[in-house]
Amino acid sequence: MTPGSGGTRAASAHQRPARPGTATERLPRLLALVPYVISRKAVGLAETATAFGISENELVDDLNLLWCVELRSPDPYCPIDLSYEGGEITVSQAESIGRPLRLGADEASALLIALRTLAEVPGQRDDSALSRVIAKLEDAAGAAAAPSAQVAVHLDGRAPADVQARVAGALRERRRLHLSYYVPGRDEATERDVDPMRLLVVEGRAYLEGWCRRAEAVRLFRLDRVLALEVLGVAAEVPAAAEHVDVDSGQLFRPSPDDVEVELELSDAGDWVADYYPCEERTDLGEGRMRVRLRTPDTQWVRRLALRLGEDGTVISPPELAEQVRQDAADALAHYS
Amino acid sequence: MRGKGTMSRQKTERLLSLVVCLLSSRRYLTAGQIRAAVPGYPDAFDAFKRMFERDKDELRELGIPLEIGTNNPLDEEPGYRIPRQAYELPEIVLEPDEAAMLGLAARVWQRAEMAGAAAGGLLKLRAAGVEAEETAQPGIEPRLNASEAAFGPLWQAVRDRRPVAFGYQVPGRAAAQRRNLEPWGVVNRNGHWYTVGLDRDRSAERVFRLSRIDGPVSFTGPPGSVTVPEGTDVRDSVRSWGGELPGLRTAVLRVRAGSGYGLRRRATSDQPAPASAAPPDGGPGWDLVQAPFSDVGWYADYIASFGPDVVVLEPVDLRDAVIRRLKGALA
Repeated sequence: MTPGSGGTRAASAHQRPARPGTATERLPRLLALVPYVISRKAVGLAETATAFGISENELVDDLNLLWCVELRSPDPYCPIDLSYEGGEITVSQAESIGRPLRLGADEASALLIALRTLAEVPGQRDDSALSRVIAKLEDAAGAAAAPSAQVAVHLDGRAPADVQARVAGALRERRRLHLSYYVPGRDEATERDVDPMRLLVVEGRAYLEGWCRRAEAVRLFRLDRVLALEVLGVAAEVPAAAEHVDVDSGQLFRPSPDDVEVELELSDAGDWVADYYPCEERTDLGEGRMRVRLRTPDTQWVRRLALRLGEDGTVISPPELAEQVRQDAADALAHYS
Repeated sequence: MRGKGTMSRQKTERLLSLVVCLLSSRRYLTAGQIRAAVPGYPDAFDAFKRMFERDKDELRELGIPLEIGTNNPLDEEPGYRIPRQAYELPEIVLEPDEAAMLGLAARVWQRAEMAGAAAGGLLKLRAAGVEAEETAQPGIEPRLNASEAAFGPLWQAVRDRRPVAFGYQVPGRAAAQRRNLEPWGVVNRNGHWYTVGLDRDRSAERVFRLSRIDGPVSFTGPPGSVTVPEGTDVRDSVRSWGGELPGLRTAVLRVRAGSGYGLRRRATSDQPAPASAAPPDGGPGWDLVQAPFSDVGWYADYIASFGPDVVVLEPVDLRDAVIRRLKGALA
């Protein structure tokens, strides 16, 4: 007998648990399930299973477990009564667990920090909704919200707000963009048509993810490097096969095996390079010097990096690149003589 | 057959009954009363006590407020209850646009623990009736990464106000240094995490970059033993480092036509170079650009990166700094 079969309550349900998880994983879900149904009066099994990220079998097992709760003293009674007959869940008696448990410090903080991060993004469409939800959440969380004030997120605000707003507009209206895009490694402005896919802020910077019609591939464009943009009167056509860049793997730019291997020797003052760029290997040379190895598809930016570093960073290999840097420096110095 | 699933189910049932029992009672219930009411505890008192102790710990870990007390001053044995007011999430009603923001927020964290905490919080809010769907609507999606191993323990230390010790890799030194810190906050600036606090050995405020923390972070004191000084707001402190200095001085530059885009974006004036500013060899194709700057060292590095395409005409200290950089690159 189960509350789904329309029968009377049995002493215990002999259901095989689908994939119950450990007690401490499952208990929070059970405690949320009852108020979830109550606040909606009646709700479908399928919809609820999706909301909780479990299968319908697991959900039914959870409901049976809740229904079986029994307290023996002073008199035996069953505090929770519910039904899922016909695929619709209703709770007719929930005793004391009709409201969800308060937010914990981690939960409240993770959400509040994320909301404040959204608020940091310039050109955000809906500032007022954000500040309203932050205030309501702080209220509801009470003391659990306090530690979130000890975490701050500051995003790079260098992307002009109007660029961001216009890119967001094109994205909403699914229109093609024409970008003049600066490639600093080559100190070059490039012109390209892009069909926008997403606006992202990753590692503190704002990017447009889009189908670049020139490269015929998905590319990320840093918004602070957009020199000019035009929203074209053409609908965006992102090929069905275009895949999102995996921004959740933690490494946005992965070196490719075809890249050129570059070795740099850095002084104390130049060691920020090792923090700033993904280096494959660092060797401490003592006296504050270190050697780093990195891979890049384009050595132009290394040339510019070496010029900027001056005596604080020297290209060791490839030797042609080292020679180019010396030649660039000599040509530049000729203007000052 | 008593597989792991069965054990786990029994434990879940017992813990759930315990919560319902303690929430339903306004009075403190003694361990004996609890054993009588909640099915699933062993008969032997010692075995029951051990199991009950573990159950109490588990409930506390889930954030369930378990209170100990007596119903009147003459009671010798303390009892337990869960005060409903401390347990229940207060009423929260969100408008659809507010709920949409919450749905976006739940996707911001890339780090597993924080993403899990955000999802757990969202679940409770949904249980309170909030309809926060993850919108498929395109929007702005910030992501917070925290791949540094030190993030987890430092967040816990900040949350629980505990001092910590860790090894810190100082630039240019082979061995990590031991640092003792009373952390006040964790700060993300342009994608990198830092911690701010009182360095106990130096008795001064210090900032540490999490990616330079070497090895484990250990707690060196109990929760609540760190006092964040009155008026400290890590959000403000990061904003103040973040604020770009206003350009106080003006550089006059000769820039080769078709290059120096990065420089030109901040220019206050950008026009073809008049004959007077033409290079000594008289070649055409140069522009005269004026741009604001504040820090000579940083701006000289930046200009040097353009190599032979940008030449500083004024001021002289910037010009000298660029020449020094270029000579360094030539060596």
